[in-house]
Amino acid sequence: MLLLLLGTPLAWWLAGTRSPFKPLIEAVTALPLVLPPTVLGFYLLVLFAPDAPLGGLWVELTGQTLTFSFSGLVLASMLYSLPFVVQPLQASFEAIGRGPLEAAAVLGARPLDVFFSVASPLALRGYLTATVLGFAHTLGEFGVVLMVGGNIPGRTRVVSIAVYEHVETLQFAAAHRLAAGLLLFSFLVLVVVYALNRRYPVHAG
Amino acid sequence: MRLDCALRVPRRDFTLAFRETLDWLGIVAVMGVSGSGKSTLLRALAGLEPAARGRIVLDGQTLAEGRRRCPPHRRGIGYVFQDARLFGHRSVHGNLRFALDRARPGTEAPGEAEVIEALALGPLLARAPAGLSGGERQRVAIGRALLANPRLLLLDEPLAALDAARKRELLPYIRALPARFGIPLLYVSHAVEEVAQLAGEVLILHAGTVTARGPVYEVLERPEAEAVSGAFEGGVVLDVRVRRQRPEYALTEVELAGQHLSLPRVAAAPGEVLRVRVRARDVAVALGPVEGSSIRNQLRAQVLQLTAEPHGPHAELLLDLGGPHLRARITRESADRLALYPGQTVWALLKSVSFDPR
Repeated sequence: MLLLLLGTPLAWWLAGTRSPFKPLIEAVTALPLVLPPTVLGFYLLVLFAPDAPLGGLWVELTGQTLTFSFSGLVLASMLYSLPFVVQPLQASFEAIGRGPLEAAAVLGARPLDVFFSVASPLALRGYLTATVLGFAHTLGEFGVVLMVGGNIPGRTRVVSIAVYEHVETLQFAAAHRLAAGLLLFSFLVLVVVYALNRRYPVHAG
Repeated sequence: MRLDCALRVPRRDFTLAFRETLDWLGIVAVMGVSGSGKSTLLRALAGLEPAARGRIVLDGQTLAEGRRRCPPHRRGIGYVFQDARLFGHRSVHGNLRFALDRARPGTEAPGEAEVIEALALGPLLARAPAGLSGGERQRVAIGRALLANPRLLLLDEPLAALDAARKRELLPYIRALPARFGIPLLYVSHAVEEVAQLAGEVLILHAGTVTARGPVYEVLERPEAEAVSGAFEGGVVLDVRVRRQRPEYALTEVELAGQHLSLPRVAAAPGEVLRVRVRARDVAVALGPVEGSSIRNQLRAQVLQLTAEPHGPHAELLLDLGGPHLRARITRESADRLALYPGQTVWALLKSVSFDPR
């Protein structure tokens, strides 16, 4: 959810902009695709440290550290999964083209109105893909989470790491329960999303 | 409607430089070949060209001045795109509601029922835009644009994607708009037929510059118009008055500057004025009235001007019918054989006259 809120304006901007900085921003957005999770995790760890500017600011604002905390974990996951949300959204916004948006503007629709009543409904498929990919990727990630969050039971322990730990400690029964649960849950979410996708086919243009 | 423009829009292969004042109520047409800047002009007027510089004043309200521009949604200028651009996620009715919900406030705004009736949109309302034919789509697009209650409606080759039959079907709808809804139209096209049928005043745009401007009768006779239509389609536009119907031959007899012409039957009452177009290639000349010919439409005229192609086979005659003009495209050889000269009286033989009911 947070990821969609953050990713949509970014994708919208990227799809519409003619700014010379576009390739730069696109590259930064796509970096998590290329970097090994441990590299990203390492930099985030450094950045989130209470004595670093960002980490320090967070401590001052909330009294909590970003490292080894749930909020830090969420932030790290968001950065890591950002390209999986931004890219499908950007692609579907670009597929709409300027045509319908200009048509809406000359009919008297303000830019925000154009976005909500024309661009977003036409990009519905992009939202679905972004949701699925973003969700799946966040659920399955491992490296970044381990680096930034550690593995503190009840605070920063996520399912994927819990499975890993159960296997490491040879608790196969517990690992089975968690893994099967995760498998079933992911499968159900995907089925629902694709079913919705089929029910409401969207034709752009 | 008064539109005052001093616009510059740089493009890759030309720069649109448009410095004109237009004052009109009905339909003004802008003609030009593709790439002459017609669409760029409309887009700049609507506020869709970020590169546009200069001034646009519409009825005393400044819409653009230098780099400061009023955004498209606050201009109150409607736009009908060549490709209709209906919203695919809404039904036809949903598209109309979209405009209605955002309409410029005004007591004389076109009503939903009125627009639906005028453009015969009733049977289409529940349908999805994807299932409409090209002509239906453009009718919906025009209706949608009207419902936003624009002060001025721009039409960018709305008929270009349609076949001849659909064009003929849609033309009367467009022609009736200014009188019915009190909204002036700026109509862009490269098709002489459309312009001849619709416009009062015509501007011809070539490589971003206005090369000719004036009443439709005058401009369509000019060589600048021929540059758009091609020599093959060059001709004149004439207003003729219906005299009587001749149902036994399915003909309609009309009067033009005191002389008579017969047209294939037009449903019009005596006294009604029709606008017809006569192509130069459909006019031949003779030194006297011709007997024993199948050509019945023979008009007495005076040669005003004779222009021969220096190397080509053709010559072009400008003929005076005592007010209105005719153009004739004949071969250079014929012009020499007949020894034509300005001031000479000749007979113009009209092979065909094309027209649509006004």
